[in-house]
Amino acid sequence: MAECGSKAGNRDGEQLALTCVDDFLNWGKENSLFYLLFATACCGIELMQTGGPRFDTDRLGMIPRPTPRQADLMILAGTITHKMASRAHLLWKQMAEPRWVVSMGSCANAGGPFSKYSYSVLNGMDKFLPVDVYIPGCPPRPEALIDGCMALRERVRRFRALGIRDRDPVVIASASPAPVCGDQGFKPQRPEGQG
Amino acid sequence: MTVEAYTVDGDLMTLNMGPHHPSTHGVLRLVLEVDGEVVVSCRPDLGYLHRSIEKIGEFLEYPQFVPYTDRVDYVCAMNSNHAYCLAVEQLLGSVAGSEVKIPERAEWLRILFAELNRISSHLVAVGAFAMDMGAFTPFLHGIGLRELVNDIFEKTCGARLTYNYITIGGVAADLHAGAEAEILAFCDTCEREMVRFNRLITANSIFKGRLAGVAAVSAADAVSYGLVGPNLRASGVDFDLRRDEPYGFYSRVQFEVPVGGAFAGARGRVGDSYDRFVLRCIEILESVRIVRQCLEQMPKSAAKADDPVGGWQVDANKQLRKPPRGEVYCRVENPRGETGYHVVSDGSRKPYRIKIRTGSFTAMSIFEKLVPGLMISDVVAVIGSFDIVVPEIDR
Repeated sequence: MAECGSKAGNRDGEQLALTCVDDFLNWGKENSLFYLLFATACCGIELMQTGGPRFDTDRLGMIPRPTPRQADLMILAGTITHKMASRAHLLWKQMAEPRWVVSMGSCANAGGPFSKYSYSVLNGMDKFLPVDVYIPGCPPRPEALIDGCMALRERVRRFRALGIRDRDPVVIASASPAPVCGDQGFKPQRPEGQG
Repeated sequence: MTVEAYTVDGDLMTLNMGPHHPSTHGVLRLVLEVDGEVVVSCRPDLGYLHRSIEKIGEFLEYPQFVPYTDRVDYVCAMNSNHAYCLAVEQLLGSVAGSEVKIPERAEWLRILFAELNRISSHLVAVGAFAMDMGAFTPFLHGIGLRELVNDIFEKTCGARLTYNYITIGGVAADLHAGAEAEILAFCDTCEREMVRFNRLITANSIFKGRLAGVAAVSAADAVSYGLVGPNLRASGVDFDLRRDEPYGFYSRVQFEVPVGGAFAGARGRVGDSYDRFVLRCIEILESVRIVRQCLEQMPKSAAKADDPVGGWQVDANKQLRKPPRGEVYCRVENPRGETGYHVVSDGSRKPYRIKIRTGSFTAMSIFEKLVPGLMISDVVAVIGSFDIVVPEIDR
């Protein structure tokens, strides 16, 4: 191999960087957060605008994927109704681990303007999915969405594939029971203690 | 392309298209029965975004419902505001003495912003449709142009998407300083960019060939299924509420109403997917014309400092005024066609009932007739060309 200049800690003629496995994996993950193209309502338009030429999430390595199998990140953009909740949960289950969830906008956070009077809107998708980042707004500005994604990257950087999370992977599953609704009943079942 | 003759042999496969599908523009679910690549039946399944907006209207006072009309059709929130406010103003005007006096400048601002919103809505429609057909670049052009409209909206009313700008009795705020020049600059940019856009995709022979003759709707079908707006006009029915039943100041502006005419050439048919696409491209330019006329004819500044802000909401005791008993149906021409608000009042501060009639719902109802016989990939063309917005269907 040609001489590429030597740095401290490098052996002659080789390029070496010493790092932890987790840091190395996270470096790759945080720079390629492919998101699921999942837009239910108004926030979906702002999600589109964020992917557009002015805000351009591509430069963050964020590319929309139409299928959950290829996505790392689920951006819950818009209102989740009782009928939609089980489908959103199914999509989340189809994503490969490690997977992240960003709740975009007031509706996905807590029901938004529909929380008080609507009979059909779920007051916050965090009852069923482990949400990593909440972005307030109705709808949030694209800058807010990008800010939320940067916050998520911090979180991804702290992820330990070989560490604590791996020893106790059940936590996520138990914190996110599948919603039972649609044909089986009108109200989705809430997990214990979350009312 | 339409497959003219085929026989169903063997088993049919049920294919769920949606509720999560990139081309359904939201959460519409189509249950397709397919024989190979050919769709045998199509059954839309609704309600994935039913947010009970009509019911919420019964709990809120009249002005409080305006933000919810934003969310009925978020791609053209300004037009939805306009429809609802016109309905309530008509209700108030049904009894002598309680009419609302809307300032002249506010009337101009209303149609100015309604037309700007029509431009931005059609830009999403044509851009997303091109993306559904596999052409990603036109989508970026549309979205990039839409950002300029959003800038104007944001400076005037503070929001990029859900405006709550048109209020009962007027508008929420006057134009920001320097807005006229910005809007005129946008008009120039829009016309220039639309030439590029048309060269890029509308005149593209691949795109034309892909859509020519796909899912043509006859004029009789369009009327009997209640199609409205560009979908209706693409089928050759010359009907536009702005011209035929003018509301606001639309009677004072000049514009053409484009009608479908088999634009795709030899293989094209009146009312096919390409016609619906082209009509929206033409309407963008017609809206630019209206915007220019608004700016020319608008009184240069507000007559009074707080003139554009409507005078209806508060009476002498700072109480919300009550509309009289009665009911009213008011319809306007939205980008997705006729949107009607049926408001029933029992004389209290809250509406007794609000019913919203939307263009997307009727456009969706024709799928069941239109889709059988098409290939699966043409279903995407059908959904995109009708410019469905799902909360308008589910409300």
